[in-house]
Amino acid sequence: MTNPTILPAAQRNLKNRVGVGRAIRNSGTLTYRSLLKMSKNPEIFVDFVVLPVMFTLLFTFLFGGAIAGNIPNYLPIVIPGVLLMSSFTNCTTAGSKLREDVDKGTTSRFKSMPIARIAPLAGSLTADLVRYVMGGITVFTTGYLLGYRPEAGISAVIFSILFVMFVAWCLSWVFAFISLCTKTISTASAIGVVVMFPLVFLSNAFVPAETMPDWLQFFVLHINPLSRVVTAVRQLLTYGTIGADFWFALFGTLALLIVFIPLTLIAYKRKA
Amino acid sequence: MTNTRMKNKAILAVEAHGLVKTFGDNRAVDGVSLSIPTGSICGVLGPNGAGKTTTINMLATLSKPDAGNIKIFGYDVLRETQIVRQLIGLTGQFASIDEDLTALENLMIFGRLYGFSRQDSKRKANELLAEFELSHVASRPLSKFSGGMRRRLDLAVSLISQPPLIFLDEPTTGLDPRTRTQMWQTIRSLVKGGSTVLLTTQYLDEADQLADNIVVIDKGRVVANDTPEGLKRSVGSSSLRMTVKDADNAANAAQIIEGILAAKVHLAEASELIAPMDNTDKLTDVLTALKDAGIALSGVNILQPTLDEVFFALTGEGSQAKKEEN
Repeated sequence: MTNPTILPAAQRNLKNRVGVGRAIRNSGTLTYRSLLKMSKNPEIFVDFVVLPVMFTLLFTFLFGGAIAGNIPNYLPIVIPGVLLMSSFTNCTTAGSKLREDVDKGTTSRFKSMPIARIAPLAGSLTADLVRYVMGGITVFTTGYLLGYRPEAGISAVIFSILFVMFVAWCLSWVFAFISLCTKTISTASAIGVVVMFPLVFLSNAFVPAETMPDWLQFFVLHINPLSRVVTAVRQLLTYGTIGADFWFALFGTLALLIVFIPLTLIAYKRKA
Repeated sequence: MTNTRMKNKAILAVEAHGLVKTFGDNRAVDGVSLSIPTGSICGVLGPNGAGKTTTINMLATLSKPDAGNIKIFGYDVLRETQIVRQLIGLTGQFASIDEDLTALENLMIFGRLYGFSRQDSKRKANELLAEFELSHVASRPLSKFSGGMRRRLDLAVSLISQPPLIFLDEPTTGLDPRTRTQMWQTIRSLVKGGSTVLLTTQYLDEADQLADNIVVIDKGRVVANDTPEGLKRSVGSSSLRMTVKDADNAANAAQIIEGILAAKVHLAEASELIAPMDNTDKLTDVLTALKDAGIALSGVNILQPTLDEVFFALTGEGSQAKKEEN
């Protein structure tokens, strides 16, 4: 074995900080790593392709007539709902890959390297954007096949997917934080379901709030932040406009992001 | 080799003083001090739970010591962490490589993380794969790799940035003898290239084979720090190993031998006794005394000292590695 002579420590050009550029490149490399891993496990695509199709069909044919009189009338209600549901259920599992790395020891290796501390987190969560986009495309394709033609056109569809993707990405930091604080991955995903399920269903995602009792209506329209996202998406798709709900959702999730990036980083440092 | 060593002697690769790390009530590391000259191999020896991994984790910037200080090539681990990280490579007991990815992909990702361009990462990865005789499986997913191949790849990953200091946490635990010997050769050639190596091991012969200096750790404390030869000298020139026929007599026999040799007897197994013995003439006394006590023997051996005896002499306990080997 021929080994090149190692450059002695004293002759190296060393810096005691990781710059922003390096942090972005590190995050990019680790995003690539996560995407590469995803591409080798195609079965995980079932989660974000099959499930949205299933739920779109299920809700449309089951509730379409009852809620909106007929299926074409229900599509503009249900499609934004399923879009939201599929992205948000996906983001509850965002921490699981991260947690896997922690449990297997890969993060210990990362930690001993001169890379940005945030890169493993950012890489793992950013790779998930692919899942949100694929989920979104699936939902709209299914809707299209069922006869859904959003008034505001294709650009509104793309914008909605990107908007929901961003919101889901911000939220995924919260779930990554939870998954790093629990003892096992399964506890974290159970918490994810317990939090997400009521939020998704006690919203205006599938049913207009008007028919609900007053107290529930209050929760659905004024407390549950997910309703804001759904309303914003509906407005985008129907009128092509951005309203108060959009800004509320955007700034709300940005605020979450600002709070949870450092929290998640601290949890990650403690766990790894 | 000697040349490289002499030149770099001025700076210590590792200089640690009074390291303490507690987990709850457990003082996992309790006042460990180490100094490793550049270009040497330091073997940290101890049974499971002695504090070896905890010590490595502190030296490799993974965890902060509760007390004490560490300098790596003169850089403070707590204040100049990112510099230290550019100078070290860590191969832990964990599987830090990705099961889903191929050997080449794994190496390239780490190359990119160290700041090399795509082309450079690929070149370095291929060089390392060739060095570690893994070229033929470069594009195979790791799930098809044997334990030895994984361990080699894991080591290759730590070498991609050519760090001057390499931490190897039990690099050969669980490997078959052939792969183990291969790993030893790799470690020796690393040092030839100018690297400094700190390795932990439960295997006494491994430390004896590789290390210039051995630090024996037990219950979080350094119990000895010497060259392999020095350590062996410290327990006497040879040792007595005998097996009693009836295991029930072992404790009794141990007491008799301790009385005559004035040294601590270690019970390796239920019926095997090991004791350091400076003067072989005393063997007659031991045998007579045992005969008088009616203790029958099934085997007697006088052995040149191995690190096993050193370990028993220092800690008064059997090593975990020894038990696992048998």
